[in-house]
Amino acid sequence: MADKRYQQADREALITLAMYVFFFVWWTASAFALGSGEPEEYSYVLGLPSWFFFSCILGYPVVTLLLWLVVRRFFKDMPLDTDPTGGETGQGGAVTGGPAPLKEGD
Amino acid sequence: MERLAILLPVAGYILFTMLLALWCRRYLARSGGGGFIEEYFIGGRSMGGFVLAMTIIATYTSASSFIGGPGVAYSLGLGWVLLAMIQVPTAFLTLGVLGKRFAILGRRLKAVTIVDFLYARYRDDRIVVFCSVALLVFFMASMLAQFIGGGRVFQAVTGYSYEAGLAIFGVSVVLYTTIGGFRAVALTDAVQGIVMVLAAVVVMLAVLDAGGGLANSIQTLKATDSGLITPHGPNNSIPGPFLFSFWILVGLGILGLPQTVQRCFGYRDSKAMHRAMILGTLIIGFLLLCTHLAGALGRAVLPGLESGDLVMPTLAIDLLPPFWAGVFVAGPLAAIMSTVDSMLLLVSASIVKDLYIRYQLKGDVAKIPPRKISAMSLGCTLVVGLLVFLAAFNPPDLLVWINLFAFGGLEAVFLWPIVLGLYWRKANACGALASMACGVGMFMLLSITKWPVLGLHPIVPTLACSGLAFAVGQRLGRPANPAVVRLFWGD
Repeated sequence: MADKRYQQADREALITLAMYVFFFVWWTASAFALGSGEPEEYSYVLGLPSWFFFSCILGYPVVTLLLWLVVRRFFKDMPLDTDPTGGETGQGGAVTGGPAPLKEGD
Repeated sequence: MERLAILLPVAGYILFTMLLALWCRRYLARSGGGGFIEEYFIGGRSMGGFVLAMTIIATYTSASSFIGGPGVAYSLGLGWVLLAMIQVPTAFLTLGVLGKRFAILGRRLKAVTIVDFLYARYRDDRIVVFCSVALLVFFMASMLAQFIGGGRVFQAVTGYSYEAGLAIFGVSVVLYTTIGGFRAVALTDAVQGIVMVLAAVVVMLAVLDAGGGLANSIQTLKATDSGLITPHGPNNSIPGPFLFSFWILVGLGILGLPQTVQRCFGYRDSKAMHRAMILGTLIIGFLLLCTHLAGALGRAVLPGLESGDLVMPTLAIDLLPPFWAGVFVAGPLAAIMSTVDSMLLLVSASIVKDLYIRYQLKGDVAKIPPRKISAMSLGCTLVVGLLVFLAAFNPPDLLVWINLFAFGGLEAVFLWPIVLGLYWRKANACGALASMACGVGMFMLLSITKWPVLGLHPIVPTLACSGLAFAVGQRLGRPANPAVVRLFWGD
């Protein structure tokens, strides 16, 4: 059985990629749906062309807020320390009592 | 008097970083033997959330975020700001995709560098040598380019000579990295990150004020050339395929940058990582937006500059009182120093740990006294730093040229071996070697011949091919050592 922490870590990596795709879609959709027309016909928000406002000004706070929600909801704290058998150099690192679900046969 | 007022904030900031590095000495003094390596090269894996976020951002952002990037935004308008914002996910992508597995494995393998990790995974000396050489060459070239950029900005804003600027920040960055190691690098990165944000805000406010507000500046740009306020730039100068290539070059590809990825070994606990993902995204977004938008709007304030690279220094001189111009110039200097310090330490780690300890001492640090290891590490950092510093006075053309390929070249070498080594059980040495060789070769070829493959940036076809080469090499080579796979996956 693989290291149980990996299951959770992989789930979190997938969620991260989903957030990345979300940012990509937000960025693309706002910039090109609102910005591909003629500059004469642009609408403006706070004096900025609306495509720019949505993609660049609003984009990163929105993704930060979503990250905060997602991290709170789905990310789990886990011990990162190594198992008592230690690494290959065998200098016996700091073992501060993580769960030791590992058996190795190197 | 005015010139002194400019120097004041710069001097204050440099003094503070030096004191911080001296304070970090106590940790080094306490560590002994094998502990020294962990302390000097990865800071005892003790970074908290804020420092972790800042060190990733500060290491990633460089002279180009303050000078080059805004310079292009000056010429091409808001479309280039849009392009710069592709870099917003840097921190959360690196940490979220690689973070926890890397942190767990880093502790299990006692890895402090990416090359350590790759050796542990593939057990192949050719990979170690290839990676170490790529890292040395590309990092030296990048550090040199950063030094040159820093010297020029210093000269443009303060009026003192290029050499004087280089001497001030070059010597200090080499010194504090040498004496303080990773802990000093990470802590100064945090300070440098704050200085960068401050500088970005100062210049942004100055531009807004001089341009008569946001709406006014935008209308001036529109009157200059309506292409400046479109996503594709004047005369379609930022075509779609090129723009979207940046989602690879400064997007997913950053998972192959050793200097930021290595940070995943160094944080204290998973809480720190969670916090850094959020903080890092907010701060880098704000920073990139301010600097690039200031560059773009700078066109409304200072039309007709010969070169976009001049826009940020000129804005600082023309619009800001001397003291605040000094605060501004501390920003790019901080961006440069925080990139150089990380690279310098990694070059030193590569020489000491990846090459000397592995091959000369056969991986056993106990063979020589701890004092010698520490003297060697410090000496190595100092010598490499001084070499680059001296080279910056009269830059060799070859290194300046290599720098053009450094960013993409690092990704071409490291991306697939890192990502597939971490997530694909069947990844093996033959695949990794094939992908590294194919990646570097292809990237250099496409960059030099400027062969436009479908209008894409060379990095996209390069990574596609090197990924393919990995898959082919994996089938041809010997399967991965089962014991290594068990060690990695904790079976």
